[in-house]
Amino acid sequence: MSAATELMNFAIIVAFVTLGLGQILSMVRLVLGPTSGDRILALDTMVINALGIVVMLGIHQGAQIYFEVSLLIAMLGFVSTVALARFMLRGDIIE
Amino acid sequence: MSMEILGTYAVAIFLLIGAGFAAVAVIGLLKFNDPMTRLHAPTKVGTIGIGALLLASIGHSMLLGETSMHELLIMGFLFVTAPISANFIAKVNIHLGVCETPPEPQRDDTWATLKRPEDNIETPKDLNAD
Repeated sequence: MSAATELMNFAIIVAFVTLGLGQILSMVRLVLGPTSGDRILALDTMVINALGIVVMLGIHQGAQIYFEVSLLIAMLGFVSTVALARFMLRGDIIE
Repeated sequence: MSMEILGTYAVAIFLLIGAGFAAVAVIGLLKFNDPMTRLHAPTKVGTIGIGALLLASIGHSMLLGETSMHELLIMGFLFVTAPISANFIAKVNIHLGVCETPPEPQRDDTWATLKRPEDNIETPKDLNAD
């Protein structure tokens, strides 16, 4: 096994561990979060980290099908963040 | 050194950069002590981290011989929507009054997100008074 492949495997492990720890830490902020804005922000961060985990799965398995999954997660995450924020702002989502 | 080895090194370095930025984003989200300050960590740094991971994904698909540029689509979408959601969360913070209220605007009388609906709608009471 060459040095490049070893570095690649190490980087994949590091990225998986970092993203998983990131999910746990942002869940801590989701539970603590004194204000509603913090909770919305923690959920947004968790969506983006989940997107990163799906991209990492695609790199790890060398599969192309994870592209659609990550695009759907990105779009749904944005829409749900905006919906939560509008609910906090106006008390209604679609006026 | 062949192109393949160089590409593998590039993908690994992009993966490490992305993982580092994602870690910094979450640490900032957890450690900062003000809602408006916390807003900045994940919305900017986290987006850059995911961008680096997507660049690594493009490089990896090139290494496998089946080049795909679809990841640029996700990257563009994320880079466009991250400031919008940050703006919405900042408006929530201003609206709930958890941060310092910004100074009054010069021309209008108040900020739109702090304006109450009854300020610019004629209430039935006013109609009866005429």
